[in-house]
Formats: sequence, structure tokens, C-alpha cells
Amino acid sequence: MELVQMQKSLQDYTKSLFLDGVLDSQFLQLQQLQDESNPDFVSQVVTLFFQDSDRILNDLSLSLDQQVVDFKKVDPHVHQLKGSSSSIGAQRVKNACVVFRSFCEQQNVEGCHRCLQQVKQEYYLVKNRLETLFKLEQQIVASGGMIPAMELGF
Amino acid sequence: MATKSMGDIEKIKKKLNVLIVDDDPLNLIIHEKIIKAIGGISQTANNGEEAVLIHRDGGSSFDLILMDKEMPERDGVSTTKKLREMEVKSMIVGVTSLADNEEERRAFMEAGLNHCLAKPLTKDKIIPLINQLMDA
Repeated sequence: MELVQMQKSLQDYTKSLFLDGVLDSQFLQLQQLQDESNPDFVSQVVTLFFQDSDRILNDLSLSLDQQVVDFKKVDPHVHQLKGSSSSIGAQRVKNACVVFRSFCEQQNVEGCHRCLQQVKQEYYLVKNRLETLFKLEQQIVASGGMIPAMELGF
Repeated sequence: MATKSMGDIEKIKKKLNVLIVDDDPLNLIIHEKIIKAIGGISQTANNGEEAVLIHRDGGSSFDLILMDKEMPERDGVSTTKKLREMEVKSMIVGVTSLADNEEERRAFMEAGLNHCLAKPLTKDKIIPLINQLMDA
């Protein structure tokens, strides 16, 4: 595939992430912080987010599977995931966590189980799409091209 | 004194010294990058207790302290109160969640904050505060 075509594909793919609400402007803020001194800043931050989130989701699954659910353990995990997803711009994960917290406040176990599934769904979606985004970027760099800057013109 | 514009941040020779207090490693990385991007240097503390120890042991002096609210060991409200009791004069900016209600934000401000910002932090949110520091 020609370089120009790859760059166009990347721009279109990135735009779709915003239009679908998977990412919000905070992700653009992260991209703007990336520079020559730290060219992998965004992927490093996102990788850390993936590692933390995998651990948190596992802990949440275990906590909610207990005979008696300890919401004092569940809520801080959801709070942390809400915070980290907000920090990288993973909008749908963040929104799902907001709903999750309200069920934690109500100590509604069934509601929390449903929310956990929703959070997992949104998380795996953003993870999958960001991994595809980074692969597209790597292909462009490997072909000797530059990653085009993303602008909020849509 | 003329108010410095956003573009003047790059011309400021004195490097801003910032303490970032947050229990989330992701936020620490991002906030450190923001501070570096605006020409400052930063040190981090993983919770409020560490922030207090940094001031107690090293007699450190920071231009700006970014203080997360929800932290283990010692939260942002308690840490801010303690630092003000220790006569720390730095600008302390609270970093809150949008989920925090007005009463919680007020309690945080009353602990001794100079300002409060909602997460997630961005350069655009921090630069006006830096300008204020420079004008002081």
C-alpha cells in the first residue's frame, strides 16, 4: 500500500474512534505531549493503562464472585479504572465506570455484575481498536513515513 | 506588571519546580510529561504521607504542588491541611474528579488550596496557573 494511502487510512481510522465515542479529546492531549524526546509516549501510557486495567478487571471479577460482596473493595477498583480511562481518553470505558459506581453505591450486586460485563466489553473494544491504531502507525513508520497529526475538524 | 501570555512560558528562564502527588502511576506519568512540556521540572509522591515526608525531611521548596484528592495513607484534604500547618507556601492546586460534589470541593479548598482543577489535567488547564505564579 502506498504511503499516502496508509496515512489516509490512519487518519480515517483515528477519526472513526472519535466519532464512535471510543476516544475523546483527552487522547489528543496525550498525542500533543508526544515529541522527539519521547516518540513512544502515547503507546507507553496506553500500554500501562492496558496492564492496570487487566489487573483491575480481574480483581473486580473475583470480588463480585464472592458469596458476600464487599463493596468497599469493589468501588475503589471502579474508581481507579474510571480515573485511568479518563486520563487516556477512553470515553466509553469511563462512562461505563460511572454507571458501575452508581450500582456500587446502591450495593446492587446484580447491577454490578451487568456493569462489569459492560465495562469489559467497552475495554476490549478500545484495546482492540488502539492496538490496530498503533499497528497502522508502525506500518507507516516502517515505510519511512511520518504519522500525520490528528486535527479536531470533524 | 504585564501579564505573561501563553507564548512567554517558553521564555521563562527559571524552571518551575513542581511536586505531583497522586497514587495513580498513569496520572503521574502524564502530569510529569505536562510539566516537562511547559518547561518545568517535577518530583512525584505516591500519596499524601510521602508528600508530607518530602517536606519534613528535605526542607524542599516547590513552586507548585498538584494534589490528587483521593489517595490511600493520607488523602489530598488531610495532606493540604498538614502542609499548610507546616507553613508550606507553595501554590497548591487540588485535582478532583468530576464526580466530586460541591461540598467535597469546598472542603478541599478550605483545607488550604489555591485552586482546584478537574481531571483529566491538560496543558491548557495548568498554563493559566503558571502565568499567575509568574506574575506573583
